[in-house]
Order: sequence, then C-alpha cells, then structure tokens
Amino acid sequence: MYIPPRIAFVAILLLGVVSTWFALPTGFLNVGGIKDERDINLGLDLQGGLQVLLQADPPAGQTVDANVLSGTRDTVERRVNELGVSEPLISTRGDDQILVELPGITDTEQAIALLQRTALLEVIDPQGQYLPPGTVVNTSLGGPEDLLGEQQLGGEATPGATPAPDGMPDTVTASTPIATDGTPIAAGATPAAGTPVAETPVADDPAADGPVYTTIIQGREFTDAYPTADQLGGPVVAFELNDAGASALQNFTQQNIGRYMTIVVDKTVISSATIQAVIADSGQISGLTAQQANDLSIQLRAGSLQVPLIVQSSNTVGPSLGEESIDRSLIAGIVGLLTVALFMVFFYRLPGLLAVAALLIYTAVSFSLFKLFGVTMTLAGIAGFILSIGMAVDANVLIFARLRDELRIGHGLNRAVEQAFRNAFPSIRDSNTSTLITCAILWYFGDQTGTSLMTGFAITLAIGVVVSLLTAITVTRNFMRLTISSGWVRDPWLLGVERREAAAFDTAPRAAAGD
Amino acid sequence: MTTLTSKRKIWYLLSAILIIPGLISLIFTGLRLGIDFTGGTQIQLQFQQEVSSVDLQAAVAEAGYDGAIVQSVDVEGGNAWQIKTQEIGEGTDAKNQLYAALESEFGPFTELSIATIGGSVSDQLSRNAILAILVASLFILLYIAIAFRNTRSPFVYGTCAIAAMACDVLFVIGLFSIFGWAFGIEVDTLFVTALLTVIGFSVHDKIVVFDRIRENMARRVGSSFEDTVNYSIAQTLVRSVNTSVTVVFTLLALFLLGGGSTRNFVLALLIGIVSGTYSSIFTAAQFLVSWENGDIQRLFGRSGPKRDTQVEAEARLAPSR
Repeated sequence: MYIPPRIAFVAILLLGVVSTWFALPTGFLNVGGIKDERDINLGLDLQGGLQVLLQADPPAGQTVDANVLSGTRDTVERRVNELGVSEPLISTRGDDQILVELPGITDTEQAIALLQRTALLEVIDPQGQYLPPGTVVNTSLGGPEDLLGEQQLGGEATPGATPAPDGMPDTVTASTPIATDGTPIAAGATPAAGTPVAETPVADDPAADGPVYTTIIQGREFTDAYPTADQLGGPVVAFELNDAGASALQNFTQQNIGRYMTIVVDKTVISSATIQAVIADSGQISGLTAQQANDLSIQLRAGSLQVPLIVQSSNTVGPSLGEESIDRSLIAGIVGLLTVALFMVFFYRLPGLLAVAALLIYTAVSFSLFKLFGVTMTLAGIAGFILSIGMAVDANVLIFARLRDELRIGHGLNRAVEQAFRNAFPSIRDSNTSTLITCAILWYFGDQTGTSLMTGFAITLAIGVVVSLLTAITVTRNFMRLTISSGWVRDPWLLGVERREAAAFDTAPRAAAGD
Repeated sequence: MTTLTSKRKIWYLLSAILIIPGLISLIFTGLRLGIDFTGGTQIQLQFQQEVSSVDLQAAVAEAGYDGAIVQSVDVEGGNAWQIKTQEIGEGTDAKNQLYAALESEFGPFTELSIATIGGSVSDQLSRNAILAILVASLFILLYIAIAFRNTRSPFVYGTCAIAAMACDVLFVIGLFSIFGWAFGIEVDTLFVTALLTVIGFSVHDKIVVFDRIRENMARRVGSSFEDTVNYSIAQTLVRSVNTSVTVVFTLLALFLLGGGSTRNFVLALLIGIVSGTYSSIFTAAQFLVSWENGDIQRLFGRSGPKRDTQVEAEARLAPSR
C-alpha cells in the first residue's frame, strides 16, 4: 500500500499530538472527560500499601477445592470493600492461595486481622420482615463491629457471591416435609433457649440501633448444599443439616411457616426465603436463577468448612518511600532520554535528530498505551520503560549504520535510504522477537509466582519494544523521506558520511520511493 | 593477516579469565540470597535519632532475633536501616514486641516497608526462576533455528548464541556472588528479572551479528567462512557498540539517580548488557568459526576437518532466502 509521505507525516503528527495529550495528567485539557478513569495505576512500591498472600489452612481431614477457594475469595473481597480501599486486587492463586493487594492502605495491622478472620454464616430469624440482600444486621452472635475486632468468632469460613437482589424473597421448603403444620406466632419470636443474647452494639454503627436478630443455626451445621432442580425443573439449592442444626431449624420453621428466614454472612444479608414447610435435616431454597442457586450453594457448602487463612507472605510499603521513588525515576528517565538524544545527534547528525523526534513520539505513544491498558506501574516497570528507550534507539542505530554503508558503496541518496531500511529489517525483526519471547516468559513467570514487579517490567518492556518498531521504522522513514525530497540535504556530512566517501551522493530532489 | 577471528584463542582465554573468579566464588560461597529465596522478614525503618548499626543489631538481638542482619538504606532524610531476620508474621505480637523494643531504645521511627516471605513461597520462586531461565533459553534456541532455517546449520547458530548467552549469565551470577561477600549485595526476584532481560538483550545482539553473517554468506562476501565472519563483525561493530552505549546511558542514569530499591537490579542489567555486547563479538561469532572450522570437533573427537579452504566455503554458501 502506498501512502504519500506528506499524508503519512500529517497522520504521524496527529498521533504524536493526540498521544502527548493523552499521556499528560488527567487534569490537562480533559475534553469531554475522555481521560477520566484513565490514570496510570501505581504499584504498591510506588504509592505504598499492602500485599498479602493468604493460604487456606483447612483442618485435618478437609480439603479446599477451587469452589471453596473462589467462595473464600468473594468473602475476602466483601471485607476489603468495607475497608474502602480504592483499587484493591484480589485473586486466587493455585488451589489454595489468595493474593490481596491493597494500595494506599495505612493501617495494615487492622487490614490483615480483617482478612484473616474466618467468615461467619448464620441463618437468622428476621422477625417476620423481609430483609433485602446487602442489609447489615446485628445477630445474637454479635453485631458487625465485632467483625473488626481482634477476637476470633467461633464461626465458619463462608465464601460465596452475594446473589443479586431481585426484590423477591426466595422460598424455602423441606425436601422431606414434616407432617405437622406449624402455626405462625407473632413477630419477634423469642430467642431459642440457650442462645446467648447479643451484647449491646456500639452507637456509631450503621446497624447499631437496629434490632438484634436471633441466630438459629450457623454455617458449621450445614453438612451439604448443592444446586439442583425441583419437580418443575426450576433451579433450587438443596441443603442438609447435622442433628443440632436439624432440631434448631425444625423448631423455628414449625413456628414460622409463611414467614421469612434469612441467611447472613459476616452480618450482611445474602438471601431471604419464605418458609413453606417445616424443615428438619434437609430442605430446599427455590425461586432463584440458576446462577444464584449455584452461588448460594457454594456459600452454604463452604460455610460448613472452617477455612482459616494464614498469612503466607506479606509486603508493606510506606507511602513516603514510594513518592521518593517516583521523583527519582522521573529524573533518571529525563536524564537518560536527554543523554541518548545528545548521543544520537552527535553520532548520526541529521538522521539522529529525526530519530530523536521519533523517540519523543515513541515516549508519548508508549505512555498513552500504559494508560489505555491500565498497566500497573512499578519501579521495575519504570526501569523496563527507561531500558526500552535505549533499545528503541537500536533499530535506528541499525538502519543508520546501513545507510552509511549504502552511501559508501556509492548508492544515490534515495536508493541508499530505501535500501538501508529494507536491509536492516530482518535483523530488527529477529532481534526484537527474541526480546518479546523473553518478555512473555518473564510475564508468565511473574504471574505464576505473584510477583507483580516482574509482570510490570515484562509488560512495559514488551509495549516499548512493539511501539519502538513502529516509531523507529515507520516514523523515522517517513521523516527521512520528507527531508530528502525537500531537497535541502546537500551535504553528505549531515548523514554522517564524508563527501569523498559518497561519490554518487545525489542532491537532486526526487520523489521518495514508496513501498 | 591479523583479524578478530584469528585471535579467537585469546578471546576465549580472556572470557575464561573474566568468568572463572566469579565461578569459583559461586562454587565456594554461592549467592547471598534475599528473603525472596530463603523466606523470612525484611523491615526497613527510618529513625528520627541517629542510630548506629551496632546498637541496632544489639537491640534486635536482645528482642530475640539473633541472626538478624542490619544494613543501612539509602533514603532521603537518611538514618534508615534494613533489618533482615527470620519470619515475623505481619499482624502478630512478635512484630509489635520488636517494634516496642526498638522504640524504647531509639525513639520513634517510621516503617518504610516490611516484607515477609513464607518458606513455601520462596521454594516455589527458586524453582520457577531456574525453570524460567531454561524455558527462555529453549524458546530462543528454537526461534533462532527457525529464523536461520535457510542456512546450512540453523541449530549451530542457535547453539552458539545460547552458549555465548550462558557465558553472560554466568558472568553476572559470578560477579554477584563476589558482590555478595564483598558488599553484602543480595539477589532477589528482581535479579532473576535482570538475568532474563540480559538473556533477551544478549541474544538480541547476537542475532544482529549472525544476521549479517547470513546475509554476507548469501552475497558470497569473503573467501572463507572465517573471512565472512570477520567482515560481518567489522560491519556490525559500530552498531553493537552504539546500541550498547545508548542502553548503558539510560541504565547509568537509573543507577546514579534512580531509587535505591532498584539499584542492584540496574547494576545487574548494566553488567549483563556490557557483557552481552562483548560476547556477541568475542564469544558468539568466534564459537561459530570454531564450529565451522572443526576446532570443537577436534577438541572432542578424532578427525575434525582441517582448515577451511575456499572450495569448501563456496560449496556451503546456501542460497538463503
């Protein structure tokens, strides 16, 4: 495809301007809010924060599978959201680890205590009310503020995604209904005998002045839960209880047919169901979508497992260290860029100058891409980027070395330029491919070991290499063609060759050859 | 005629002289491993009062951490120290007790960073680091073999590049082994990153030289293979040095001006990249000539072919691409 150099030049200029604008901070000329939400993410080492690798540590005889782990992950995520961290990152790693990154957090002690605590699943008596999912409640096992405390509640790990609130309560039925119909009694059921009454909640808690709901059963009383279908084929969650749970729930449901029972994880309502029959050792929750049935069953099943999380490794960086690193790296980057620019102009003269112009476009485009892809910038990432500035020049160095050769062989100017680009291409392609292969392996390796330093470095270096191919070849060639066809390059000295060396130096302006 | 390749025995000797001290250090003392590989806890604290390393070491030992290593850290404001010890769990009483002890001894301080790596994590990391380097080498070998498929012996190019790259990696690891006992420099995850980058860059450089050789073979430049290699090295020499120089400039800027936490990483890159450029010219290309001339076969076997003749060289000029 042939694009006239003048048009290509305008396109390149446009690319340069647009990417410079995009690369500059969000506050600068944010037309139409395009740059909103497009900030460079700073890694933990730059803005400070906490990274924790949690390891599931199930008690003897129990195993953690992918379902339970992903459920635990969701629980951890819910808790992190309570912390109000701006961009938390929570991911599962392997079969039994969860990686949590909390940028900008200062009270790491509290955060770790919060993450480590096993979750508590309870079925409560909502006192006849329908409590929509997401409601924070006090239960007779304590209020939400207790979750932040140091004390370990005797609860169970309870993973699971919160089913989307659909506004409609689910229904719960016994799979082996007990014959007697329970007569509903008045709202505000009396706590079951032996259930401890909750301590007085703290005043400033959102749910503090709310009622204290009675806990009927806990997660550990569930022996099984699985998604299945009822007689009509609708998705339901079937569950089974142990003896203690069965008798408690039987007691409750007998008295509350037609009323609600509510499932709560970490004092937050995840599901409310209407009791349709008396339930003892097994029952069903219907009125769900297939997805909700699946999520809820994972939550119930995991709730029966006690999955304490132990801190496998952690990394805390104070904010001051990060700030200093950014400043220093910025200065290093500018000095590095300037030195390279000076060297290029000194050594390669005119082509060097054009390469430096291409290098500026390269910097702007790369930076824009980091923003666009939401690349997390780490110290190693910055090092990767600064390194890629040096490597970006390599393609130009290769081409310009060829250009000198071609001119010395005795080719005319136009021919020499075209030949230089053509002949240099195979080595540029092959050498950069090997760097990209290394980047891919670095990325994979870093991803496997949860080393964000390494993935950050690999991504920035890889983006740098790809963009440098574009700018060093396409952009520089366009600049060269335009400069040559303008006809003012009359001295081979400008191209780094002595006049006597380039006998056939052709100063006549001529249309640049296309591809 | 004196050429680069005719002196290859000298280059081999020089390379050996450069690599062997580090290798000896590596065998006898190994590398000074950071907590990424050993597991443990690394704390960086900045004190308001002046603190001496001896006092700090003693206070930490008194708090129950005998083997702790205390080093000063280069941070704005100064008076910052790094304490490396066995695992202290984040959010445990052990950490609070240590901090309380330090505060009563030296007054208030700021926690710059604290990292704890569990034993199983560090084992996994060590395994993966070695694996990553091997996998990277294998993929690069395959890629070079594919890129040079039109030459007579594509795998020879790949093997020579990998062998020269291995010299670079050994050189860097060996030097860091010396730095370990000489300056207390530790190797961490970033060091592995640096090694992998050096691998990439080193091979990158070798491919450029080999590519010239491939091209000159096709153009039938030079009277023998050795001659062609010489000519190709001469043609790419300026480029090799210039590329290296630009990268060295940027790395030097990072080394001198960048943050303290990446300084060792940048140092490893700096050494590796200079070594990578050296080995392209003085090792990789020389390996190629040694192989083609049968030096290596002579070394290991009985009847290697003798010196190249012009006829042989002509015969093997593959019409590449």
